[in-house]
Amino acid sequence: MSVLVLAEFQGDTLKDTTLCAITAAQALGGDVHVVIAGQGAQGAADAAAKVAGVAKVLLADDAAYDHGLAENIAPLLVDLMASYDALVAPATTSGKNILPRVAALLDVQQISDIIAVNAPDSFDRPIYAGNAIATVQSSDAKKVITVRTTAFAKASPTGGAAAIEAVSGKGDSGLSTFASQEIATSERPELTSAKTIISGGRALGSQEQFHALLDPLAETLGAAVGASRAAVDAGYAPNDYQVGQTGKIVAPDLYIAIGISGAIQHLAGMKDAKTIIAINKDEDAPIFQVADIGLVGDLFQIVPTLTSKLG
Amino acid sequence: MKLLVAVKRVIDYNVPARVKADQSGVDLANVKMSMNPFDEIAVEEAIRLREKGVATEVIAVSIGEAKSQDTLRTALAMGADRAILILAEGEVEPLAVAKLLKAVVDDEQPGLVILGKQAIDDDSNQVGQMLAALTGRPQGTFASKVEVEGARVKVTREVDGGLETVDLAMPAIVTADLRLNEPRYASLPNIMKAKAKPLAQKTAADYGVDISRRLTTLKVTEPPKRQAGIKVEDVDALFEKLKELGVAA
Repeated sequence: MSVLVLAEFQGDTLKDTTLCAITAAQALGGDVHVVIAGQGAQGAADAAAKVAGVAKVLLADDAAYDHGLAENIAPLLVDLMASYDALVAPATTSGKNILPRVAALLDVQQISDIIAVNAPDSFDRPIYAGNAIATVQSSDAKKVITVRTTAFAKASPTGGAAAIEAVSGKGDSGLSTFASQEIATSERPELTSAKTIISGGRALGSQEQFHALLDPLAETLGAAVGASRAAVDAGYAPNDYQVGQTGKIVAPDLYIAIGISGAIQHLAGMKDAKTIIAINKDEDAPIFQVADIGLVGDLFQIVPTLTSKLG
Repeated sequence: MKLLVAVKRVIDYNVPARVKADQSGVDLANVKMSMNPFDEIAVEEAIRLREKGVATEVIAVSIGEAKSQDTLRTALAMGADRAILILAEGEVEPLAVAKLLKAVVDDEQPGLVILGKQAIDDDSNQVGQMLAALTGRPQGTFASKVEVEGARVKVTREVDGGLETVDLAMPAIVTADLRLNEPRYASLPNIMKAKAKPLAQKTAADYGVDISRRLTTLKVTEPPKRQAGIKVEDVDALFEKLKELGVAA
């Protein structure tokens, strides 16, 4: 058994999601290799080589692999998979974009978003917005798997000393080009790896109020800020704030839901938080059915008071 | 230019899924079924492109049991021109769906195929990407904006850090995210008119596609339930709780 992990990285740093995917790959058994596909990615490859449990790093350094275009990266992975039994990637927007393209080219039925490895061919995965857990067994000779990163611990980023091998693929497919991006930069922790998350809903009322109330509280607690779909649809928060079935799946130590009613699609994204606190003026809001601590009241009074008490 | 949209009949967005007592799956008997919400967005986008004059015809396709006709009639009532139902019993896996859609693409030669990014029943998020692979065409997944410019399409994508725009050679495959548009409701006259629109029935065998399953579902269980906790009276009490959690000093 040998497993290839598709890494996500930023500059010279591996993303935490990659460390979680490596842990899932180790659960499959056998050798774990990591592939770094990008431009000027030697630093990321060096970082991957130091991760505990990684036996080898493959570095595909090519301008065509910059920006993670699936049309270019999928053929590279298909070629590499000739030597592997399984391909694993984190179930991020990047992994979700690239892996099914690889799976189809390999004629494999991908297993998405696994939360447990029961055997090298059997996995648990949430379905119906996490309201049910399916245990599935794959009959494909090779496995292609995306991993729900909140379900797996991070592999240790140190302790390994893997060799780095340069690999190359077909490069640019000529089908697609990267045009532009609007990526928010923030001093605050990333939503998917934050220990504390402050999340706001439609009850915040406007973009100005969303930030005026939640940002100082997040600042005080060193927390990331998330949002319900309703708040994002209303334009109070950008799309990458969305927590839920089709947004980000989070599992922080503390999740503070402010003015969020708690639709099943939102709960699907945060119900694995260790502690959930809900502040909502409607005492019958479904969010209180999952909250450990609830406070019924006017968030416009509660949140500033709480922030000043904590500050 | 033709547009192809794929639609799936799934449990209604507002209905909570219940696991069967024998752990064989989710109970769908007597449960309200609707078009997958992401597919509604895909249909809407295709109709808008036709209304703008970018496309000439919108073809809706669905794969599933006979009742998927209802879902296709909804797409026709929204404004699709004709529909194709590929009959299949039981669950058809994403790879098999992609193979069937590829066969339809080969027949119809659409300039764009628009699909929902994921179905809210199995939450796989695979078919669009797989169809792009099998047809050898580019993919614009998780789209929040689609702009056709000549023989290319610019797709703005919702990604983890924000938004990203890619430029794709057509024909291309696009998967719709939540904020691409707000789907229209079908008016009563349009629902009546939809009944007369053409709906072709096919089977997987007609396309020579093997749809046998690769995954066996061993069991379906309920996730561990969270218990409701306590309610506190005021901010002071909440602050005390945060102290106990070690969050507040």
